[in-house]
Amino acid sequence: MDKISSFFKKFGLGFVHAFTKNGARVNFVKLSKNRTALAFLLPITAIILSFILGSIVLALIGADPFKAITSMFQGAGFLPKARYGGGQNQFSDFMKLLNNATPLIFASLAVSVALSAGMFNIGISGVMVLSGFISSVLIGYSPLPAVVARPAVLIICLILGMGAGALVGFLKYKFNINEVVQAIMFNYTFMYITNYFIYKFFLNPETRSSVVVSDAARLTIADVKVGGVEIVVPLGFIVLIAVAVIVYIFLTRTKDGFEMRAVGLNPRCAEYVGISVKKNVILAMAISGALAGLAGATFYLGATNTIKPETLPSTGFDAIAVCLLGGSHPIGIFLASLLISGMTTGGAYMQARASVSTQVPSLIIGIMLIFAACTAFMRYYLQKMSLKVEDNLKKEGLL
Amino acid sequence: MGILLSSNSILSGTLAFGLPLFIIAIGGIFSERSGVTNLALEGFMGAGAFTGALVAVIVMQKTGMSSSATMWIALLAAAFGGALFSALHALLCVYLRADMVISGVVMNILSTALTAFLVTTINDKVFRVGATGKFHIGIAGKFTIPYLSKIPFIGGLFTDVYYYEILIIVIAALMYVVLYKTKFGLRLRACGEFPQAADSAGVNVYHVRFISVLISGALSGIGGLCLAYYLITQFDAKLFYLGYGYLSISALIFGGWKIIPTLGACMLFSFVKYFALWFATLPGINLSSVVTSTLFQALPYIITLVALIFFSKSNKAPAALGEIYDKGKR
Repeated sequence: MDKISSFFKKFGLGFVHAFTKNGARVNFVKLSKNRTALAFLLPITAIILSFILGSIVLALIGADPFKAITSMFQGAGFLPKARYGGGQNQFSDFMKLLNNATPLIFASLAVSVALSAGMFNIGISGVMVLSGFISSVLIGYSPLPAVVARPAVLIICLILGMGAGALVGFLKYKFNINEVVQAIMFNYTFMYITNYFIYKFFLNPETRSSVVVSDAARLTIADVKVGGVEIVVPLGFIVLIAVAVIVYIFLTRTKDGFEMRAVGLNPRCAEYVGISVKKNVILAMAISGALAGLAGATFYLGATNTIKPETLPSTGFDAIAVCLLGGSHPIGIFLASLLISGMTTGGAYMQARASVSTQVPSLIIGIMLIFAACTAFMRYYLQKMSLKVEDNLKKEGLL
Repeated sequence: MGILLSSNSILSGTLAFGLPLFIIAIGGIFSERSGVTNLALEGFMGAGAFTGALVAVIVMQKTGMSSSATMWIALLAAAFGGALFSALHALLCVYLRADMVISGVVMNILSTALTAFLVTTINDKVFRVGATGKFHIGIAGKFTIPYLSKIPFIGGLFTDVYYYEILIIVIAALMYVVLYKTKFGLRLRACGEFPQAADSAGVNVYHVRFISVLISGALSGIGGLCLAYYLITQFDAKLFYLGYGYLSISALIFGGWKIIPTLGACMLFSFVKYFALWFATLPGINLSSVVTSTLFQALPYIITLVALIFFSKSNKAPAALGEIYDKGKR
């Protein structure tokens, strides 16, 4: 430690060392080795950078960046608005956000579970459409009471998703068909086949969308009056928390979860140790598919109550990006999903208050994802730098 | 999409849709054969179509040229725009060590958002026609070969031939020669099979991969603009991204990453699509065209999946596909 820092240390002000050049270098090396800190800081850097870039874009098109971004957060329910319409307040806005975010969080969990076994699940959107459609037809259009209907929807979507996922895993293992390719095929196959059935039997000609499902089967209770405010109660969110906890415990605290992660980290090594790669690949894709099915349930019988044919929900693809941003950890995924859903939900209010088109939030999200994709590089570059600094510090005897 | 009235039009539609699909797939082949997984063809296609449409609109306004004449300039711009956008994917995958699958998906998301935003903003601020989301580019020129088009069954191949189809055939032949008959093509393929060996032979793997992604961007841009001209005569971000980028990926996989089989795959997929549309308009078939078209649209994907089940053992993806090249690795 140099003379200045030793001087301050005598007075108990040792922290001054961190502000000196050498102290900063030592802390930099320590930080670069601290994986948990990086897992937190790098995505945040990506988010901040994207908001900076987004503000520049906003300024270029003549909008007030601060007003635009704050109104976006207000619309999402993160910040309070100045004035609320009848029967609305920040809580109701936030409930709406949770309702919209639930499918995305389920989908992101699906991606991260598959990723933990080394598999990419891009087929979430297709599974969502399939499970949403079949549960709509079987339960949503039936007169079953809510007590029976809602669990039935969840179970059907879970089983369908699990089946689809297991099929992908099986085909991958048996025939060595790349799971990304399979997923693309299944996405469009499911979409077009459900489109056919919707157009033929279940179309509402006015909305050009499927007939709405019964309220009893819907996983969101709409128009609930609580303390003078009308909110939506996102039941799906409650299911989500329970499922997320179960999945997290399975992955990190059970033997089977450990084996799955081992397969993801190094399949050959896992095989050598006696872990069945085949079983774990199929299991991982099955769980991932089950989560995707639940995403479909909470999307088509929750966030919305109808299926628009001809489009795959973007949720399945956004989820990959959210998983990237959230670092594959459940908490990170939750926060990232809330952020991204919030930006999309808040876009409408942003348009109303700051006259900025709703495309801007999507653009900022796109930029955010690019930066997030760069975090791997940031980590690599940081490590390279820190090794150099560490070497120099060791030579100088300061480490 | 035009309403089909005669069996001739199945074949002309097959070519008019299938050839742009093919050029996009060739772009994908170049990128993937050099080792860079490219799921971003959808995004490149959109970026190229956007640039081409923008230039087309500007040229038509300033010079009053017809839409079919501006198409050539627009195609050049589309190639440039597609390549420019793909440079980002190339940068991320080749130099910044991002995961290639994730980068591809992210490119698609960014392209949809960016083109939608830019079209609306440019319409609003630069052209001052209000904040609409479309660039109208008009109809591409086409012609019919007089005698050959009268031949009973295959006459459709020579009816309503769009000029861009000729361009695509020329470019495709050129790309075939480049990939299989030139030194550059050989090196490109080497980078996708065993980059370490290519590196030791003096090939700069990073450069080759970067260029191959740019090529895929340019070709996808051309194909995307042709699709915009043919299918919707405008560029509208809400109407454009229909998954044809993913369809061309499945075509190139079905074709085993080789150019000629991929041509077959694209023609097959395109034929199925237009056959279905025509089939629905036959008298006595009481199905609305929308209904049949959805079920038949699933066919290309189902066919590819089944083919993969039977042929995956022999279907060889490039060995180093998707691997970030690290000079230090053995």
